[in-house]
Amino acid sequence: MSNDTTISDIATAEHGTSLWKDAWIRLKKNRLALFGLAVLTLFIIVALLTPWIAPYGYETQDLDLGATPPSAAHWLGTDIFGRDLLTLIMYGGRISLAVGFVATTVALLIGVTYGAIAGYAGGKIDAAMMRLVDILYALPFMIFIVLLMVVFGRNLLLLFLAIGAVEWLTMARIMRSQVQSLRQQEFVEAAVSLGLGPATIIRRHIIPNALGPIIVYTTLTIPSVMLLEAFLSFLGLGVQPPQTSWGLLISYGAETMEEFPWLLIFPGLALSLTLFSLNFLGDGLRDALDVRSSKD
Amino acid sequence: MALLEVKNLQVSFHTRNGEVKAVDDVSFTVESGKITAIIGESGSGKSVACYSLLGLIPRPPGKVEGGQALFEGEDLLQMSERQLQQIRGRDIAMIFQDPMTCLNPYMTIGDQLIEPIVFHKRISKKEARQRAVELLEEVGLRDPGSTIDSYPHEFSGGMRQRVMIAMALINEPKLLIADEPTTALDVTIQAQILKLIAQLQTKRDIGVIFISHDLAVVADIADDIIVMKTGKVVEHNDRQGIFHNAQHPYTKKLLSAIPGGTKTINPELHQPLITVSNLNTWFDQGKHQEPVKAVNNVSLEIRKGEILGLVGESGSGKSTIGRSILRLVPITSGTVNFDGTDVTSLEGGDLKNMRRRMQMIFQDPYASLNPRMSVYDTLAEPLLLHGIETKASVEQGVLKLMDHVGLARNFVRKYPHEFSGGQRQRIAIGRALSTRPEFIVADEPVSALDVTIQAQILDLMLDLGKEYGLTMLFVSHDLAVVKHIADRIVVLYKGEIVEQGTGRDLFDNPQQEYTRQLLHSIPGQALLA
Repeated sequence: MSNDTTISDIATAEHGTSLWKDAWIRLKKNRLALFGLAVLTLFIIVALLTPWIAPYGYETQDLDLGATPPSAAHWLGTDIFGRDLLTLIMYGGRISLAVGFVATTVALLIGVTYGAIAGYAGGKIDAAMMRLVDILYALPFMIFIVLLMVVFGRNLLLLFLAIGAVEWLTMARIMRSQVQSLRQQEFVEAAVSLGLGPATIIRRHIIPNALGPIIVYTTLTIPSVMLLEAFLSFLGLGVQPPQTSWGLLISYGAETMEEFPWLLIFPGLALSLTLFSLNFLGDGLRDALDVRSSKD
Repeated sequence: MALLEVKNLQVSFHTRNGEVKAVDDVSFTVESGKITAIIGESGSGKSVACYSLLGLIPRPPGKVEGGQALFEGEDLLQMSERQLQQIRGRDIAMIFQDPMTCLNPYMTIGDQLIEPIVFHKRISKKEARQRAVELLEEVGLRDPGSTIDSYPHEFSGGMRQRVMIAMALINEPKLLIADEPTTALDVTIQAQILKLIAQLQTKRDIGVIFISHDLAVVADIADDIIVMKTGKVVEHNDRQGIFHNAQHPYTKKLLSAIPGGTKTINPELHQPLITVSNLNTWFDQGKHQEPVKAVNNVSLEIRKGEILGLVGESGSGKSTIGRSILRLVPITSGTVNFDGTDVTSLEGGDLKNMRRRMQMIFQDPYASLNPRMSVYDTLAEPLLLHGIETKASVEQGVLKLMDHVGLARNFVRKYPHEFSGGQRQRIAIGRALSTRPEFIVADEPVSALDVTIQAQILDLMLDLGKEYGLTMLFVSHDLAVVKHIADRIVVLYKGEIVEQGTGRDLFDNPQQEYTRQLLHSIPGQALLA
């Protein structure tokens, strides 16, 4: 091979130019993960466009109509106030997806950074940082959120942040234990002896190797956050009617399950499909990012 | 009649990538009262050949495709699983490389021995205990009457291996299969275990199959030697024949890979590059315990351009000295002077700059490379960090480094798991050289590698050392390797320096008892001299 070979000449079908590009090449081969990605993308696009494409307004009631099963005019039926269920699910999706992704992102950013720093620093810093986590764990979560709501007033963004601020605790613990075992590895010692600083070592050598558990936990956090929002809304601390979310729709649907089953089934389907897609995508991502797993 | 007669054994593994012939037409015999050694590198089929006789390979994917294995006239390969169970442990016993993984950490070794004795011999617990003590005495455990009630973690590696041997002897087997039984042990312990196996074999008149990757290990004890490569027997002869009249080129290659000869000292050695004075590195054990004195008041000099060998057994502090110099472990007291600078007090940018000048090569190339970074990322990182290459020139820099350490350029996008051990060690060497260091600590850089690969990597290190004008601290438990590569040698024992001198001085005229004992433990000296 001549001396002017460039790296791009050498890049092959199996090997792109970075970990993420390689992961994308592998992810594309995983049909379930692609299905999950497609469903989530579709849901997000619909959620963004809802105000323009929803068949009815979410406040449009038809009390004379009442609850009706699916029909040509109302594809998924109507609720007891005669509101179009498809419209409600579309609007509810906006809230639920936003809560799921924003709160999880908040939890992810705080938890991973905090856990990584504690685990890498070790010793007294670690002990102090993790005791703080223990204290926050011990605080009753409801009181924390109610306090926030009382002090700052009810506000959707605040709700997102409040949920994220609670969910990061577990993420921090998972991350810390990962980092503790990874920092004993010789490749981290090698990075230290090359002269890399702690921030670079955490970013380039530790976090990429801890991605598996992080991704798995993230795919578990998104649904639990969505359900948490439903719970808070049910208590009157979250979304209030006529605004709605999947969680609220499901809890109302559950109350009238025997007379009007579609009110539970369709919101439930929307939530389940999202959760399935998240899990497929999460599994796919974990495998794709593990350079050792895909030998085929 | 031979105790075991294996004829035309064929074993293959059916994998997704097709059939792999792990053992291809292998025949050998084992006689009672003799030690037959099977030698080969990883992947040669030496272990598979023996395990398949006892039905111990995973099936599928493994499959015995043909052949015979007559044990006292009966074909093991035709036996049912039930019949094999009767043979395993009773007539044929095994010992393995790592005794810790074979012992239950929650049971005393006494319980672990007594249980099978009661089961097989149908005698009372009290008699079984007596029997167990006798066995432990036979394998050379000191004071077995009281140590029998200890747990495995309370024993050293060598003692645990003795316990494993005692367990294998419970049923008075006729054939003992030992799979790399000394590979995990220190050299002096290895010598003791080898002696023990040879003694037992003579005393009990049993047949022994000794599986090893290292010809030198079996040089003193084997009667017959079988050399295997990629599933085939390439040579089969008695010990004298293999060592003095090897026919097959591969056997010759293995023999020449055994490190030998003493390096002649470089006469142009100048002033010291590194001076270590009164170095102490202690590890705290908690408030109420004495700290572990891993390095205890060590002073030494490493001169510009020399390779200093640091030799000792596990726990001697040899790795910790290397890591203390590189500031990878915090030291307790002492100074490390590098070319006029005290390394121990550097911080921030000065420390980063010092790290550029001193690098390390680690023992296990499987652990020392980040599994999620390709060769390119691994090598480009230090080049960019220290401004040795610019963003524009880094690609060429990486490719040049790969050329230097003998890696094909088209591997640049591959990840560590796609390489063999030797290739990985080349990547690690490339990374260490990337910062253009003046000094390198090599911590057992060839211990995890096959013998022939070992020789290649040692040669590569010697060549690159000369080319880059490197000073090296070569840490190893293997005296033969150190003698081959080092200009001067320092012998350590329990964190303290026992003796130091040139390779020739040390080997021809050791001053200290411990050094003599170490030298005496190097396997295969008589035949290789």
